[in-house]
Amino acid sequence: MTPVEAGRQSRLFRNLSAKIASIPMILTALVIFVGGTAWTVFYSFTNSKLLPRATFVGLEQYERLWATPRWLMAVENLAIYGVFSLVFSLVIGFLLAALMDQKIRFENTFRTIFLYPFALSFIVTGLAWQWILNPSFGIQQVVRNLGWQSFTFDPLYDADIVIYGILIAGLWQGTGLIMCLMLAGLRGIDGEIWKAARVDGIPTWKTYVFIIIPMMRPVLVTTLVIIASGIVKVYDLVVAQTSGGPGIASEVPAKYVYNYMFLAQNLGQGFAASTMMLLSVIIVVVPWAYLEFGSKRRHG
Amino acid sequence: MVDHVLRATPDMAAAAAPAGRAGDFAGPSGPRPRRAFSRRNIFIYGTLAVVAIYYLLPLYVMVVTSLKGMPEIRLGNIFSPPMEITFEPWVKAWSSACTGLNCDGLSRGFWNSVRITVPSVFLSIAIASVNGYALANWRFKGADIFFTILVIGAFIPYQVMLYPIVIVLREIGLYGSLWGLVLVHCIFGMPILTLLFRNYFASLPEELFKAARVDGAGFWTIYLRIMLPMSLPIFVVAIILQVTGIWNDFLFGVVYTKPDTYPMTVQLNNIVNAVQGVKEYNVNMAATLLTGLVPLVIYFVSGKLFVRGIAAGAVKG
Repeated sequence: MTPVEAGRQSRLFRNLSAKIASIPMILTALVIFVGGTAWTVFYSFTNSKLLPRATFVGLEQYERLWATPRWLMAVENLAIYGVFSLVFSLVIGFLLAALMDQKIRFENTFRTIFLYPFALSFIVTGLAWQWILNPSFGIQQVVRNLGWQSFTFDPLYDADIVIYGILIAGLWQGTGLIMCLMLAGLRGIDGEIWKAARVDGIPTWKTYVFIIIPMMRPVLVTTLVIIASGIVKVYDLVVAQTSGGPGIASEVPAKYVYNYMFLAQNLGQGFAASTMMLLSVIIVVVPWAYLEFGSKRRHG
Repeated sequence: MVDHVLRATPDMAAAAAPAGRAGDFAGPSGPRPRRAFSRRNIFIYGTLAVVAIYYLLPLYVMVVTSLKGMPEIRLGNIFSPPMEITFEPWVKAWSSACTGLNCDGLSRGFWNSVRITVPSVFLSIAIASVNGYALANWRFKGADIFFTILVIGAFIPYQVMLYPIVIVLREIGLYGSLWGLVLVHCIFGMPILTLLFRNYFASLPEELFKAARVDGAGFWTIYLRIMLPMSLPIFVVAIILQVTGIWNDFLFGVVYTKPDTYPMTVQLNNIVNAVQGVKEYNVNMAATLLTGLVPLVIYFVSGKLFVRGIAAGAVKG
């Protein structure tokens, strides 16, 4: 063994325990995250059906994907769900947090109540709301029993508004978390700011809009990323609440992927659809990461 | 690079900080309220109370429905308390509700979930804590690159990696078994847990580590004798995070297990959304509550630790 080789070997074995401890991480990072993603993207250009086959068909899967009504419906639903869930969870979350920040009593009780749905799974959430929105027994029937016979509120059975029925359940489950994050953000702001605004005679709402919210930018950005990455993954909620129905009216991309990969045995479509999901995440995450990069670099 | 990702998620960092520092809810900072029954107070408490009722309503409806008999449910007011309380739906949901031809109730799913959750929580935390410790105290060349990939990987939609993992599990003979699912939970728990532990260990005073090194303690000795006893709070946060996350999982359960080994959430969905048979809404709600009971108990018992856990785990989505 030459000295050079011995030196190389000892460098490899230096800090050996730490390297052994990192093997699971290295395997996960390389095999699953990098390898798995590359594999799926690669096979999305093939005509794999029941089993993955490396027969290339170019962009054919993607052309077929964007010509499939079910996929278009899924994208449209995700867009509606995404926009409304983003806006409502930010607004409701912030308003609740602002109310909670008024030195109120029973703060812990209120927080416990607002946050408990987040401990429940989407399946439990979906099934609970499926029952409440059930037209023959739920809210609709209760109101009709009160005498308003023509009252109609059956979002889960109406293809036009079914996605809003899912939105109600999604917001119920998730806004508590947003409220908590916002509250942490509000508490992170120096009390002197409030005093200064008070001395200057600035109304409370103006202080919030023009001083506090701009100061909460880091929390808002984090919250935004959390909501956005949650939206793309919406799956269980739809499965539990409507199974994608009525018809295909509440289809979402994650469910489309599952159906084509594991039920319709059309792997190529599943791969193409999941690659589109990845693309949408990249579009959201990369600008955010870039902004964070930029700010870090500016601060040296 | 890694630090950008870390910096970008301040709540995760806050959650990873030692107990004394993470005073997320240290004290209110809003303006001071004046009289007890001012219009302002009525507005604040009124709004909060109405919202609280809205949040509690589904839980209330589930509980009262699960305690009614079917005839009473057909009479039709889901909000009315049960005239005659019956626990039969709970018994039926637990021991004889049907999925397909199987009529042994949710108990099978419950025990499957226990057998999945316990080893998954234990293994994923063991792997991630040792790994986080290595990243914080025993840095080696290249470690940060893999860690960066790991953290970025947390943002990749699971759907992208579903099928490659099927292939990996099939190759090592674990596809369809409980242990295959345990492995999957370890993999997808790794980014957030490693981040949590790495930040926590990095926040401990370095002198401790150095002193132990001078005394001749090695990698494992320091981990077991110094780091582990000092970091019980973060382990509790990690356990809360993992138990609720894994118990509530549906996607991995439905993809990587077979009907025999379905976790509770999957079986629950199959029971409630079964197409055939008469719908027994009281049994369905009892089954739903049974499935939600484990995370709910953890939530109500753990209180603020849960908040820290989810603030850390929120990125998981």
